[in-house]
Amino acid sequence: MAELAQPEVETAEPELARRRRIAIVPAFNEEQTVARVIEEIRAFDPGFAIVVVDDGSTDRTGVVAERCGVQVLRLPFNLGIGGAVQTGYQYALDNGFELAVQVDGDGQHNPKEIARLVEPILDGKVDMVVGTRFAEGGGYRGTKLRRVGIHLFARLVSLMVGQRVTDTTSGFRAVNRKGIRLFATDYPHDYPEVEATVLVSRHRLQMVEVPVVMRIRETGSSSITALSSVYYMVKVLLALFIGLFRRYSTPLEEP
Amino acid sequence: MTPLRVSIVAAVAAVILLLVILELIRSRRLQERYALLWLLTGIVILVLAAWRGALSRLADLVGIAYPPSALFVLASFFVMVLLLHYSTVISKLSDQNRILAQRLAILEHSLGAEEED
Repeated sequence: MAELAQPEVETAEPELARRRRIAIVPAFNEEQTVARVIEEIRAFDPGFAIVVVDDGSTDRTGVVAERCGVQVLRLPFNLGIGGAVQTGYQYALDNGFELAVQVDGDGQHNPKEIARLVEPILDGKVDMVVGTRFAEGGGYRGTKLRRVGIHLFARLVSLMVGQRVTDTTSGFRAVNRKGIRLFATDYPHDYPEVEATVLVSRHRLQMVEVPVVMRIRETGSSSITALSSVYYMVKVLLALFIGLFRRYSTPLEEP
Repeated sequence: MTPLRVSIVAAVAAVILLLVILELIRSRRLQERYALLWLLTGIVILVLAAWRGALSRLADLVGIAYPPSALFVLASFFVMVLLLHYSTVISKLSDQNRILAQRLAILEHSLGAEEED
């Protein structure tokens, strides 16, 4: 990208308006909240294309989203959050989008904060931005156990990527075209966020965190239940460990 | 007590099993989620092969006179669990495969109908 001298006073918004941008909204049984999430993204910036990935919902999530007039990709069965989100990135890649933001369909991410999320990408400094609940200025009200687990992964991932990371499980993320291409071709299964953070670093893409406040989910439940949390920990630790021995290449430039 | 040679052979076999599993994951021929049960199997066999006192106590506990048999029984048990696990995985896959075939047939039909218009 050409290094044009930009006047300091310019806000991010005219810069944002120049990009083909898309919001990827993974939703699994979120009929109560998905319409409001769409509305709020539009209220923030009507220029955002929105694609809802209905991950095999058994409720009316897909119908509600279609009524809002957004693109809906319906998966024929539940793939889990990793597969659902990757479908969104593949759609973004195929349709030539240059900037993608991931916003959960359950309403825990506040679309108003997309402005802060995309800023480092618009400045051309980084390839991926993660909204963190723990950096100064952010806020998180979760159970103590969840916080301890999240901090543990944060320590480990910080060590692996050689950069301080405070929130590896946040699904509130923005990526540029390079990031879209990477995630469309390679995205972890099951519980993808921790591994995706390491993946980005191993492909030598630049990443930064910005503080955000997440809302308490109104309906539905976390994708991580108490019963599966042991499986989650072991599986992610194994994947991180094996990842150390894999070779990665940076994603190819646009053909 | 387990003969030393049995312990050594079992431990070496378990280590080879573990290395093969890890290499399969690394080269992406085995997903982590399907590897966990295999890893558990390898680790349990390795521990009981190396820690001969534990194997003897375990054999005593369930009334097996010859401790290496206990190792064999345990290995068979894990193989059974793995087989059962893969039966459930295959069931899920065949279900999903059926759904994909049905959706594809309907999709192809509606694409054909569109072209005729």
